[in-house]
Amino acid sequence: MADKTLTARDAVSRLEPGMTIGIGGWGSRRKPMALVREILRSDLRDLTIVSYGGPDVGLLCAAGKVRKVVFGFVSLDSIALDPHFRAARQRGAVEVAEYDEGMLQWGLYAAGIRLPFLPTRAGLGSDVLKHNPDLKLVQDPYGTEQLVAMPPLRLDAALVHMNRADAQGNGQFLGPDPYFDDLYCLAADQAFMSCERIVPTAELSAAGHSATIKINRQLVAGVVETPNGAHFTSCAPDYERDEAFQREYVKAAGDPQAWAKFEKRYLSGTEDDYQAAVAARAEEVA
Amino acid sequence: MSSTVTESADQPTGSATTADAPVTRAEYCAVAVADAFAGDGESIASAFGTIPAIGVRLARLTVAPDLLLTDGEAHFVSGTWQIGADPHATEGVVVEGWSPFRTIFDLVWHGKRHVMMIPVQIDGHGNTNISAIGDYAQPKVQLLGVRGAPGNSVYHPTSYWVPNHSTRTFVPTVDMVSGVGTDSARAAGPAASAYHDLRRVVTNLAVLDFGGPDGALRLLSLHPGVTLEEVRAATGCDLHVEGEVPATREPSAEELRLIREVIDPRSLRDREIPA
Repeated sequence: MADKTLTARDAVSRLEPGMTIGIGGWGSRRKPMALVREILRSDLRDLTIVSYGGPDVGLLCAAGKVRKVVFGFVSLDSIALDPHFRAARQRGAVEVAEYDEGMLQWGLYAAGIRLPFLPTRAGLGSDVLKHNPDLKLVQDPYGTEQLVAMPPLRLDAALVHMNRADAQGNGQFLGPDPYFDDLYCLAADQAFMSCERIVPTAELSAAGHSATIKINRQLVAGVVETPNGAHFTSCAPDYERDEAFQREYVKAAGDPQAWAKFEKRYLSGTEDDYQAAVAARAEEVA
Repeated sequence: MSSTVTESADQPTGSATTADAPVTRAEYCAVAVADAFAGDGESIASAFGTIPAIGVRLARLTVAPDLLLTDGEAHFVSGTWQIGADPHATEGVVVEGWSPFRTIFDLVWHGKRHVMMIPVQIDGHGNTNISAIGDYAQPKVQLLGVRGAPGNSVYHPTSYWVPNHSTRTFVPTVDMVSGVGTDSARAAGPAASAYHDLRRVVTNLAVLDFGGPDGALRLLSLHPGVTLEEVRAATGCDLHVEGEVPATREPSAEELRLIREVIDPRSLRDREIPA
């Protein structure tokens, strides 16, 4: 079987400007942050980002990589709002397509199972319809109701981060929630999965019930080993969210000079440099 | 429950946990929240905010014993745990099911759920905004995003908690309809109104519902110490008032004991609604 391991840089080199990219995880939980940081180092721009948004959206907006955000929320969980996304919206710097979070799931699912739409009540009566004028209603062919016809959210690429994976692209979550990562992979032309550790396949089944091997290899184009790669979001049970670092991120984002310092310290080098700076910071605080 | 809770620096000294201390505004609010969930049966109670979190736990111990509550992550849990505490580190709390977001989304659309959300804006028919303030293309203030509000409000019972009842929150029209109000549901047709069910609005001043003419916001009760004039002045949208407005009911001695000794012995409720 094919060995799909590659570096984060190689994975990101397969992306192109203008692409629609789905990012797994939820809020500030199990985000593929190492891959996001690799995008920050790249020449990619004009991206459309589809996300249950957290600091992935914030960082990409701050770096000017984003043309449009397709979202239901952008939140850091323990801190309600992401400051960079907020600032980008308030500058009018990004377009948005805002959906109910269930509609977002439906869009990914429709794309994944190759349907032109999936019907739902969600959105009816709300301004989601007003601000997405392309959304159409569909007549129930068996009855009389008019429902929202959620169109597929087809992705050029998906990025997800799992606790464990094998080299062939089987991916395992060991935390409490798989989120919608498998749907992102299902909806994408190519999916790149980072993980805390690449292990032999037998270790996946030994580590937990087979239901935790949520992503199967036919959905995955490349596997990247990125230890601590979800930092500063949570990746339970490997690690919890780095709340102190997240607070520093939010504080720095509020002031251009502080943000420049944050970028210089954490985001100007390689992923190894990032992880070293994070470790050094932890030392300082301790 | 043991009484081994250590005194923390933020705990008000003395009277807050004694049985005969005067009922605080926060406690009236918590009991009003519990009443909003009364008789809900085997329904998921999802609560945002401290007072709603107290209210749904109180409801499960009193008026709605079959409620399902989550740990805020991915599990249904039985039993009662303190506000601010980890349910999984609490004696008597047991995981009774797995509730990842995928499952919750299914159960939202299935309908046996009652959510209490915190609107940034709410109008006289219960349209609510948690998305953006001002011009949508370039908002004055970007908020969270609509999250699940559009779906919640057309699929299952929905209530609201307003910790700061003011003309900034109660507005003539909301800037971005996220949660669907009674008028919007009606206008959107049968598919939107089939399961649309706005229940209560509990605020720091009063309890309201949408039992006014054509689903209009109606004042149900005033918390003791609050006047009708005060509520009118703090409400920037139409408010339907029928006759003499009663006071929000007094908590029972047992409810006060549950709030003060079992659910919130650290009095975190006083941070949300100062005594």
